[in-house]
Amino acid sequence: MRHLLSAADLSPAQAVHVLDTAAQMAATQAREIKKLPTLRGRTVVNLFFEDSTRTRISFETAAKRLSADVINFSAKGSSVSKGESLKDTALTLQAMGADAVVIRHQASGAPHTLAHAGWTSGAVVNAGDGMHQHPTQALLDAYTLRRHLVGDRGTTDTTGRDLAGLHVAIVGDVLHSRVARSNVQLLRTLGARVTLVAPPTLLPVGVHTWPATVSYDLDDALATRPDAVMMLRVQRERMSSAGGGFFPSPLEYTRGYGLDARRLATLPDHAVVLHPGPMNRGLEISADAADSPRAVIVEQVANGVAVRMAVLYLLLAGDGTRTTRTTDETKVPA
Amino acid sequence: MTATLLTGARPLGGDPTDVLLADGVVAALGADARTHDAARDARVVDADGLVLLPGLVDLHTHLREPGREDAETVASGTRAAALGGFTAVHAMANTTPTQDTAGVVEQVWRLGRDAGYADVHPVGAVTVGLEGERLAELQAMARSAARVRVFSDDGKCVHDPVVMRRALEYVKAFDGVVAQHAQEPRLTADAQMHEGVVSAELGLTGWPAVAEEAIVARDVLLAEHVGSRLHVLHLSTAGSVEIVRWAKARGIDVTAEVTPHHLVLTDELVRGYDPRYKVNPPLRTAQDVEAVRAGLADGTIDTVGTDHAPHAREDKDCEWAAAAFGMTGLETALSVVQQVMVDTGRFTWADVARVMSAAPARIGRLDGQGRPIAVGEPANLTLVDPTARRVVVPEQQATASVNSPFAGTELPGRVVATFLRGRATVLDGALVEPGVPA
Ligand SMILES: [Zn+2]
Repeated sequence: MRHLLSAADLSPAQAVHVLDTAAQMAATQAREIKKLPTLRGRTVVNLFFEDSTRTRISFETAAKRLSADVINFSAKGSSVSKGESLKDTALTLQAMGADAVVIRHQASGAPHTLAHAGWTSGAVVNAGDGMHQHPTQALLDAYTLRRHLVGDRGTTDTTGRDLAGLHVAIVGDVLHSRVARSNVQLLRTLGARVTLVAPPTLLPVGVHTWPATVSYDLDDALATRPDAVMMLRVQRERMSSAGGGFFPSPLEYTRGYGLDARRLATLPDHAVVLHPGPMNRGLEISADAADSPRAVIVEQVANGVAVRMAVLYLLLAGDGTRTTRTTDETKVPA
Repeated sequence: MTATLLTGARPLGGDPTDVLLADGVVAALGADARTHDAARDARVVDADGLVLLPGLVDLHTHLREPGREDAETVASGTRAAALGGFTAVHAMANTTPTQDTAGVVEQVWRLGRDAGYADVHPVGAVTVGLEGERLAELQAMARSAARVRVFSDDGKCVHDPVVMRRALEYVKAFDGVVAQHAQEPRLTADAQMHEGVVSAELGLTGWPAVAEEAIVARDVLLAEHVGSRLHVLHLSTAGSVEIVRWAKARGIDVTAEVTPHHLVLTDELVRGYDPRYKVNPPLRTAQDVEAVRAGLADGTIDTVGTDHAPHAREDKDCEWAAAAFGMTGLETALSVVQQVMVDTGRFTWADVARVMSAAPARIGRLDGQGRPIAVGEPANLTLVDPTARRVVVPEQQATASVNSPFAGTELPGRVVATFLRGRATVLDGALVEPGVPA
């Protein structure tokens, strides 16, 4: 693995290996001294063309806990709106000797271009590009699902395990969601079954070719007793005519596709609720649902650091040329 | 001007014969060519095995001058045209300033005449500033020295149905034609690529086929209603082919164009997010490619127009969303048509002459272009070696831009010589400067 651009880049073995490595990373984080010397002397650049404090902080924390030097480069709001800026910025970062570039960009494919245009020799990690991909989000979601739903509900060692047999409902604005695209691919890679639930206006033309079942009815989908429900953020602007007129009103959306206490109660006892954040409480998820014991939303944040530590570690310190590895080859230095 | 004797050329791919060009016309054919008075001092071009076509005519070229001389000029664009076998090009109106007045179209027409590599026929904008609101002074452009007959807001669609109706009606007064860039703007806001399976996966905003088809359908009905002629630019979808086929069967005076790239490239190429493949209308699916080939083969589609759209490097050397739409095409068009139509047996060379010369000349109402290869006809001709193969190297092309989707690709056929009213603009595959005796 030279870059992490898309969840589709990961083979089943690679995906499980990232999760296993993340588990090892998480174990070190329970210690008093959290910092590992693994990436000492390496430089990780957080290149954010789009605001996302939470994702940036998560990557920054991950890199620092591995002792990497971190440069935060926020290109948002500067005079750069045209593409040339991505190239110039990349060349600048190359001159600074970036070993890895973590990029968030509003244009789908920008990380791909950065990785393949010859502008940087560093590893590129996609931290979210337009409506395309957000692979570390999918990995942290998979990690969270594995912790809660695989083995004996978190009490046994899940090393080497995938998500075979699990059923996950992904609910909301699939059309504009990089989280949904990444999750559909990764969950499939890990053996889980996916149902996408959305009004037809918020599903892309072409979704029928995705490895997922599609439902327009949330209650029907919940009646199939999924093991997990992943709620997607819905932007209020989408309902306006200027925003595309995707649904008539927030109230109608919430009635049809919001997760509230009533719907939560229909889920199996073991089922968990995920949300990539930030939540629109009262729109796609009610406060009851967001704060219920089944919601693992806060834990997703902590798992995000462990997963991003694993990704940076595997890209910068792991043997990047191998496609499959056993766990002993990649013991995290203590 | 010296006369030129082409020996052993195959007019429209037929039997080899000698062809004498003198005084700007085809002076003699066959046995007469060598015995003709003018043959005595003629330069002899060995055309053994080469196909002789009427000079190609492009109804759809972006020459970028005035306004974006960093991407192309009339001179560089017409040099590319000559090397591609063209003797006439129509220069689209989306320049800066817009070609929406007699003054601007005459300026472009003069630039073409001064350059001397190919006839340049400016296209007039349909609406002022391509804004789609008020008709430009179409009659003034028609009566100017540039004698404009083709009107288009290309790059933008004349989307208002009333404005389109008025334009179709108005140009009847001077036998003009409205060439429509069919793109319903509300259905294509922020569109980045064809809407379908690939766009769904890549997370790029889709440009649905229906946004083209809805306008094509509306416009053929408007053309029927007001009894005008309509030309549909760069038709790209299977549905559009069906609509045009239906309209022609109904007797509606519509003609249609396909670009070389829509004859061969598909949306699958977008997967690498390489902006060279970003074009408007977008690359479609393999089924659409087959439909436009079939439409070209059965005559539903009348012309191949290059939509040659040069762009400065910085407008393509960036992420997909920031990149400009468009591809160069003048120097590869004939090869692409040979590859997908001739080499597959769907076209004879006479068909190539029809769709790349005769039909576009007729639609543009050009005299002296797209004519049969016969004694007394203007000597606008191109000689092609269909057996040659070449790898496209954009940096070696005459166009000032390098945004060719065929870079590094091997294509069949090579233009060996081009003659503009008997004077060689290209010989041995190289440009002949107008000042040089030729
Ligand atoms: Zn156009």
